[in-house]
Amino acid sequence: MTEVDPGFWTTLADVVAGVSLLAGAFLTLAAAVGAVRFDSLLGRMHAVTKPQVLGLILLLLGLALRVRSWSAVTMLALVVVFQLATAPVAAHLVSRAGFRTGKIDEDALVPNEMEHDAAAAPPDRD
Amino acid sequence: MNDSAETTLRARAGRVAAQWPALAGLTVVWVLLWGDLSWANVLGGLALGVLVVVALPLPPIPSRWTIRPGPALGLLGRFVVDLVVASFNVAWIAIRPGPAPQAAVVQVRLRNPEDVFLTTTAVLSTLVPGTLVVETERDTGLLSVHVLDIDSSGGPDGVRDYLLDLEDRVLRSFAPRDVLDRCRAQDGTEAHP
Repeated sequence: MTEVDPGFWTTLADVVAGVSLLAGAFLTLAAAVGAVRFDSLLGRMHAVTKPQVLGLILLLLGLALRVRSWSAVTMLALVVVFQLATAPVAAHLVSRAGFRTGKIDEDALVPNEMEHDAAAAPPDRD
Repeated sequence: MNDSAETTLRARAGRVAAQWPALAGLTVVWVLLWGDLSWANVLGGLALGVLVVVALPLPPIPSRWTIRPGPALGLLGRFVVDLVVASFNVAWIAIRPGPAPQAAVVQVRLRNPEDVFLTTTAVLSTLVPGTLVVETERDTGLLSVHVLDIDSSGGPDGVRDYLLDLEDRVLRSFAPRDVLDRCRAQDGTEAHP
């Protein structure tokens, strides 16, 4: 193999960083659009857990590739870990609170296997 | 008097020592936050970790667990792929013209409702497929999930199959051998008719 110009890796990192930043920005924008357009609390929770989390991860990845300093990269990794650990829990608690306080239009859910009365048996798998 | 005070102190020190994974984790977080590895940071992190563990005690986790690198890597890889797919899917649903798709709530009974595995499966299932956990029952392992787009998720049974597959991947990565065998035995008899 021929010698690779060290500038090549810098350029590659810059290109990957640029793509990551653009994709992350798109997903974050889509999450914001979803939070506005989805008509139910639960739909909005979907928007803030999936595209938002990956959008942030991609933005931070792009940042890490561009900054290239270990202390910054470890900090960004921490942000990702905390985001992955907290976003689902927050969405779960908001959704559960919505259900328990009757803020969810349950007629819009088809099928809705979660009955009002806790005694109702769930459908059997077998 | 003095004796019992010493016993209490020793018991308390033992409890702190038993939380060493939490201590180690908190120390690592502290060092990462400062961004460089030095004795001052490690000792400072350790001291703060002890303070956190003593001042804000958490109940012990009763489940036994292990880690199998192969299946765990598979779980991680699948998680990354699913996260990308699910994110772009939800993003597309958000920006495309037209009304929101039909949403639904589906229930699935996990095979092993131990805390560690129930939590891992629930968190992963909120992040990856088009599902969002709205209710969990610790005693029975019953998970109620909200599905954003029920038709493209293969209907209620498609969602259930996905979640049971996900639980299977989690168990294969982290469950002790006997738990795994028990779930496998159950699997053969009832989960897949």
